[in-house]
Amino acid sequence: MNTDELRLKVNELRIAIIDMIFNAQSGHPGGSLSAIDILTVLYNNFMKHNPQNAIWNERDRFILSKGHASPALYAILADQGYFPKEELDRFRKVNSMLQGHPSYLKTPGVEASTGSLGQGLSFACGVAIAGKIDKMDYSVYCMIGDGESEEGQIWEAAMNASRFELDNICAILDYNHLQIDGDIYDIKRPQPFVEKWIAFGWHVIEINGHNFEEISRAFEEFKTIKGKPTVIIAHTIKGKGVSFMENNVEWHGKAPDKIQRDQAIKELERNV
Amino acid sequence: MSEKYSLRKVYGKTLSELGDKYKNIVVLDGDLSKSTKTEIFQKKFPDRFFDIGIAEADLIGTAAGLASCDKIPFVSSFAIFATGKCWEQIRNTIAYSKFNVKIVATHACLSVGEDGASHQNCEDIAIMNVIPNMQIIVPSDDVSTRFFTEKIANIDGPVYMRLPRNETERIYCEDKEFKFGKAEILRDDGDITIFSIGLMTNIALKAAYILRQEGIKVNIVDIITVKPIDKETILNFLKKTNKAVVCEEHEINGGLTSIISQLSAQYLPSHIESVSIEDKFGESGKWNELFNEYGLTEENIIKKVKVLQND
Repeated sequence: MNTDELRLKVNELRIAIIDMIFNAQSGHPGGSLSAIDILTVLYNNFMKHNPQNAIWNERDRFILSKGHASPALYAILADQGYFPKEELDRFRKVNSMLQGHPSYLKTPGVEASTGSLGQGLSFACGVAIAGKIDKMDYSVYCMIGDGESEEGQIWEAAMNASRFELDNICAILDYNHLQIDGDIYDIKRPQPFVEKWIAFGWHVIEINGHNFEEISRAFEEFKTIKGKPTVIIAHTIKGKGVSFMENNVEWHGKAPDKIQRDQAIKELERNV
Repeated sequence: MSEKYSLRKVYGKTLSELGDKYKNIVVLDGDLSKSTKTEIFQKKFPDRFFDIGIAEADLIGTAAGLASCDKIPFVSSFAIFATGKCWEQIRNTIAYSKFNVKIVATHACLSVGEDGASHQNCEDIAIMNVIPNMQIIVPSDDVSTRFFTEKIANIDGPVYMRLPRNETERIYCEDKEFKFGKAEILRDDGDITIFSIGLMTNIALKAAYILRQEGIKVNIVDIITVKPIDKETILNFLKKTNKAVVCEEHEINGGLTSIISQLSAQYLPSHIESVSIEDKFGESGKWNELFNEYGLTEENIIKKVKVLQND
């Protein structure tokens, strides 16, 4: 997809995210909206995958470690054709394939059950090690949150990927600054990120996570790095695209009411 | 005295033999491969062995990822770390997705000995049993350990297998074929039934020998598969005797005593006594001295059988 096509597509997916959470009257808009630009570029322009055969063994894998951004993942998976878009209306409802947090056994295209934070990067290491053993050339993409980086397991996995020289792993840090209780700097202060990841032996790329050119360049650069894992530190805005949700911690895990939903959709449609 | 076998050595050796037959077996350890004996596999298959270091949460997550790519990861550490430090990772990344990961823990409960309570996990069966999709095996000797090390590679889904630190005597014939999910009946001509697991099966056999000399006959059922529990065999014996002693090297809450008492309460109310560890922590000491201290003995089994006899 070129930049114009991406812009239109991302807007459509942002609308799907808002509607999913509105329909469910539950879910996490902030971290979904900060992540969706990156996911759209990744699934459309970089990942080797087949929605008609979700378990094709040569596929690139995407693991959403910050599982509460499931609306972003479900929007892109439905758009790619992993399941009918009507399923999005059943998000977070009884007997739905779309659980509040990603569930491996329930949803085609979901690689790992995540949501309990800190666990996805270790899983990605396992997938990457299997790729090395089997001499497969797939890549393993794993999105983690900045608040999530307060979990010690992230750094256990960071050592693991570095120790085993897993250059088939590309972690993406959705650096949107906010966690439920406030600014990550005020809560646990997991920063500085660049220095930490370099110290853990990773190749670090820093980008604006809403700029398609920068996102694309980062994924291209990842492909050229050998002997060590790559992390893309993506500066993002929580709630990106909906004015009243942007940089507002209140929208971490809250559903819009009808008036708010309509206003959000109106803003997003204006972009089209 | 008959020969004793180290079950963890048998595990490590069997694993190294299985490596040729099962190309998709990979082994992961958390800096304890010399103790869990996975180093025997490592020596033969260095490319399929991964020391994840002192990082059990990462150990479990990495194993789940490998399983998602059709590997059969065997993950080993001490029972305290392999189940306790990463319980939620086991629940969320392995069991919820039904991934084919085999967690084989050594150094369970008091068998740890001198290292003391911090390292003696006497709650492992309880915390694994409550996780949906989890399956649990507790071998009682070297033959059952060897058999189930291979068997669990052929069982789909997550398995927890529990081994002790110390050595124990052989119970079964070397070529014995076990069935997953089926308890083994070792004595069945008694009026009281002993249900046991792990190291306690050998101790129960000794108690039965002494009791027989006093003219008291007991049945002995070696449970081995704790989950899914062999409800049919357990209820058959409860129906026959209505009195049972449950013997386990585990704390009384949540282990085999709880599981069998629950079955009894639901289907066949019976008088059940328990030889297990009370709701308390262990301590340092030689494993056999600790077994005496905590009542995991022939004498205690005999005492409980007599309580039932007089009931």
